[in-house]
Amino acid sequence: MIEIKKITKKFGDFTAVNDLTFSIKPGEVVGFLGPNGAGKSTTMKMITGFLPIDSGEITVAGLNIEDSPIEVKQILGYLPEGAPAYSDMTVAQFLNFIADVRGLTGRKKKARLARVIKSVELADVLDRTIENLSKGFKRRVGLAQAIIHDPDVLILDEPTDGLDPNQKHQVRALIQNLAKDKIVIVSTHILEEVTAVCNRAIIIAKGNKIFDGTPDELQAKSSFHHAVTIELDEAVDSTEALENLTEVKSVSVEDKRVTVMPEQGQVIFDKVYQTVNSLGWKFNAIYSEKGRLDDIFRELTDHELAGSTSTH
Amino acid sequence: MNNMSMISILTKREFMSFFATPVAYVFIAIFLIMSGIMTFNLGGLYERGQADLLPFFNFHPWLYLFLVPAFAMRSWSEERRSGSIELLMTLPVTALQAMIAKFVAAWLVLGLALVFTFPLWLTINYLGDPDNGIIVAAYIGSWLMAGAFLAIGMCMSALSKSQVVAFILSVTISFLFVLSGTEAVIQAFQGGLPTAAIDVISSLSFLQHFDAIAKGVISANDVGYFLIVIVAWLYAGLVIIEDRKAQ
Repeated sequence: MIEIKKITKKFGDFTAVNDLTFSIKPGEVVGFLGPNGAGKSTTMKMITGFLPIDSGEITVAGLNIEDSPIEVKQILGYLPEGAPAYSDMTVAQFLNFIADVRGLTGRKKKARLARVIKSVELADVLDRTIENLSKGFKRRVGLAQAIIHDPDVLILDEPTDGLDPNQKHQVRALIQNLAKDKIVIVSTHILEEVTAVCNRAIIIAKGNKIFDGTPDELQAKSSFHHAVTIELDEAVDSTEALENLTEVKSVSVEDKRVTVMPEQGQVIFDKVYQTVNSLGWKFNAIYSEKGRLDDIFRELTDHELAGSTSTH
Repeated sequence: MNNMSMISILTKREFMSFFATPVAYVFIAIFLIMSGIMTFNLGGLYERGQADLLPFFNFHPWLYLFLVPAFAMRSWSEERRSGSIELLMTLPVTALQAMIAKFVAAWLVLGLALVFTFPLWLTINYLGDPDNGIIVAAYIGSWLMAGAFLAIGMCMSALSKSQVVAFILSVTISFLFVLSGTEAVIQAFQGGLPTAAIDVISSLSFLQHFDAIAKGVISANDVGYFLIVIVAWLYAGLVIIEDRKAQ
């Protein structure tokens, strides 16, 4: 359990995190979203005890981070942004050092090392110095050090940033395969990642929380939620018949692709399908959209940047 | 895990890191070459015709003045520049443990450099009949003084992300600590300041305390002085690193 109560952090005049409150239960994989400079990393740095809090309180498993920093750090695994490591060490030396610091010894240490090396696939680079590794491998070394002690709470600051699609997939699979009773916080600005691995999404902008809910709820906020897109064989002259449906808000045409937007909360697929059929349009695909995340993200955060502070 | 085992894990890592990069090798090599040149060419070890190592130890403050800040400048600056400090400080490690480990590891390397000057000690024993007690005392004094230079260097390294800035600051501060005991400074103040004040200034000098030990007298006063200097600068470094680690 992580409880964050009214935390605020200022750097000079700049308010990085403003009165932020939320709590996370075991089993939750939280996608922490926001534009660059929104305060994601700052919040993570405060939860991990790296940055002092100006006001408010953070407790992890009932322990206050300011009163018992060492105890909290023992149950945390943390991948800082950019996956910093001691670059003059080899991968094996580095992981060995982290295992020692984490208090692992003997057979248990050996077993944990073998397991993380396998799960992030580092066997081939164990004897290479970290400074000579590619970005993807460096990120994996960072992940390995974060999970080596099988922490209850795992905090990953942009774990897939700069990775190629295969590596991204691997990291996501790794997060999904963690035990189900753990707390995971993943910051990202890749929205697909949230639907792929998270069961909760928190969006912050300018240090304020502007959304907190499931990825499905997030998608439902999109104006494209339940919109119907028809991919036609040939362009059509008029979409008037669709526009005249009462549940339809608007229709946009983009060459041979027609997108029908519903009024708030309406499900229009059947009606649109029937209409298209009765018009005799030839199409190769017709589908209902779940919601476009990029679009919601822009909407929510633009709104915030415009000065409003609506909170969910 | 207890304090000591954590410090020893961290110390081991720091110590190995000096040898994973050329830093330790370069430091030891330059120290040996420079101390050789100074002892024989400038100090005239042979020409003096005396069986002691004073010409060797006399140059140590001046050697350390440049070599130790260069050796220490990397300790915290590099952690902050590369961001590894964020990793270190989110492990179950206190800043104090990290500071002690960094200091001890670096101090051991400095000690190693001193140990490698043993051929000189063998030579002087071969050539004459020196008072080996005095030589051992001088070695201890030199190591303590090196620790004091090191503590200043590490504090300055905590202050700046830039190694060059850390180097320049620590040379400057170290220079003041060395200089305050020289005749030139004492004479400059004479007449202007009361004798008591001049005594205080000169008593802050590395030179005065080191010379006392190098003469063979290991007094609590001189050893205590270096230990206090070490602890004070490390403590200042600790306060700085706690305050600035995230900047």
